Amino acid sequence: MATKVEIQNLVKIFGKKEKQALELVKKGHSKEEILEKTGATVGVNQASFKVEEGEIFVIMGLSGSGKSTLVRMLNRLIEPTEGNILIDGENVSQMNKEDLRRVRREKLSMVFQNFGLFPHRTILENTEYGLEVQGVDKETRQKKAEAALDNAGLLPYKDQKPNQLSGGMQQRVGLARALANDPEVLLMDEAFSALDPLIRRDMQDELLEMQETMHKTIIFITHDLNESLRIGDRIAIMKDGEVVQVGTGEEILTNPANDYVERFVEDVDRSKVLTAENIMIRPQTLRASKQGPRVAAQQMKAEGLSSMLVIDDNHQLKGYVTDKDVLSAVKSNIRNFDNILRTDIPKVSKDTLIGDLYDIIYDSDTPVAVVDENNRLEGIVIRSLVIGALAKEREEESNNGE
Amino acid sequence: MENSILDVIPEIPVADWMATFIDWLTDNLSWLFDALRDSGDWVMDSMTELLLLIPPVVFIILLTALAFFAGSKKWGLPTFTVLGLLYIYNQGLWEPLMFTITLVIVASLLSIIIGVPLGILMAKSEIANFIITPVLDFMQTMPAFVYLIPAVAFFGIGMVPGVFSAVIFALPPTVRFTNLGIRQVSDEMVEAAQSFGSTGSQQLFKVELPLAKATIMAGINQTVLLALSMVVIASMIGAPGLGERVINALQRAQVGPGFVAGFALVVLAIILDRTLQGFNKD
Repeated sequence: MATKVEIQNLVKIFGKKEKQALELVKKGHSKEEILEKTGATVGVNQASFKVEEGEIFVIMGLSGSGKSTLVRMLNRLIEPTEGNILIDGENVSQMNKEDLRRVRREKLSMVFQNFGLFPHRTILENTEYGLEVQGVDKETRQKKAEAALDNAGLLPYKDQKPNQLSGGMQQRVGLARALANDPEVLLMDEAFSALDPLIRRDMQDELLEMQETMHKTIIFITHDLNESLRIGDRIAIMKDGEVVQVGTGEEILTNPANDYVERFVEDVDRSKVLTAENIMIRPQTLRASKQGPRVAAQQMKAEGLSSMLVIDDNHQLKGYVTDKDVLSAVKSNIRNFDNILRTDIPKVSKDTLIGDLYDIIYDSDTPVAVVDENNRLEGIVIRSLVIGALAKEREEESNNGE
Repeated sequence: MENSILDVIPEIPVADWMATFIDWLTDNLSWLFDALRDSGDWVMDSMTELLLLIPPVVFIILLTALAFFAGSKKWGLPTFTVLGLLYIYNQGLWEPLMFTITLVIVASLLSIIIGVPLGILMAKSEIANFIITPVLDFMQTMPAFVYLIPAVAFFGIGMVPGVFSAVIFALPPTVRFTNLGIRQVSDEMVEAAQSFGSTGSQQLFKVELPLAKATIMAGINQTVLLALSMVVIASMIGAPGLGERVINALQRAQVGPGFVAGFALVVLAIILDRTLQGFNKD
């Protein structure tokens, strides 16, 4: 994948004494120190990261962390104090007005927290705004805008004014408007934060669904960790204007870069984030072609197991055998598993969330097998592991309560 | 008093300076003022004649219809319009009314043509805002009568100096409200416009002015009413119309005719105000 957007040492300082503050920033002074010494506020402090083409890159932080300032510097609604913004290798931060306008028109579209719809224009007129300012003729731009609205299921509302629509619908219009001029990069500033939780979830799903076919590069700002974990391919966590960690949701949850990130991720509902892959263990297996009931009995005795999985030479799961069946097979001098092999074992993929795993494992007498799409065995999950993972969460909750 | 320490400073001849300045303007720019007066007189005379060509019955019907549509198709305002205009006609004030309407229309249009761009300039430029704001304060707090003096110096007496002083007096609300209206447009609207790559004028005409329209219209409404009040005062320097009747009555201490003409002005003011407000609500 190619790098689509890259920022290098991006700094934004608000207030007077910009130069003095900038020097202090470079010397590594903290936001508070700089405010005390110069009266200037550091909005963004030497932020750097790369966003790959086609990924959803989430920038997450609490209010005042500089995430909204950062995203506004990408299309220069806010002028950076220092640093570079590269989009497809073009340095946006150095561009003159005309080039900047071209980039805004052709490459970047923005979706706003409070939707940013023009109240005096109809839904259709709002949607065609981006094309209108480019000078696209009326017929063409209406056709494109109608297509974008149709895509979002909003075509019947095209002649209404924004205030006649619900919040969720308005933001669908905001998204349709942003997509109407077919941008390469979508900037979404707390796009779903003003919506109620159920609608927000729907919108997240719709965004993910849309992304499967569109493959836009999306930079998504949010203060909601669950939202970032749900939609983000990678997440950047910001604090006091600094990017403190960049990684997949997985990486951030398992290896928080510092105390701040750790405290941030503590609240997260693990059952909705951790997957089978995180807790599965390497199983003791039997190879049907080489091993028989006697070996099985030996190993079960040694490991204290009541059942074992049986695989073939390609590591594909065939089923399992129980200790009882194995013992009776040994007594009857049977040399293979053909008659005692059971296949009623639950199988899941490694992406299955622990929350979903819990119900499966609760009803099952055997461990749950984790297999890939070719039925190759990757690991097993046993009940105690699921309970352990959930218990860890509860333990942390009670620690927080103290 | 005589020994006050403040008397160290001799009286500064502000009045002389001002007089010299106005004299200088009159001497050096008389060709311009004359041209303005002649063309202004011609335009306003023709306009009044045109208005007088319309039969009063037709005029009353047209204005009533306008009031009907402006007032959300309710009957209060149209009824008032019919009765008010019939009263003015009945009292023999139809011709002065047409002069007054001409003066108000011309003064208001000029105020809007000058005021809206000035307001936009103030909204866009902090420097313009910094310079123009005190000028507007000056224009609004200076007693209106004072404007009559340079108006006479520049244009003599008649309609043109009347309009000149009315424009100075009525201009500030349009400028202020245009400035305010544009500044009130929310950041998100401006950011949305900019993020799609709007040029400055696209942002202004497609987003800011439409969103500021209601506020600007409120300013224009104020301007029209101020123009009306100044047109009346300008009768002191020979502007014709209803104000002339009021001044005549004042000079002769005739209570009756004074109130008759004054009431006609109230009628006109209410019709103008409510009709404009009605259109602004749509």
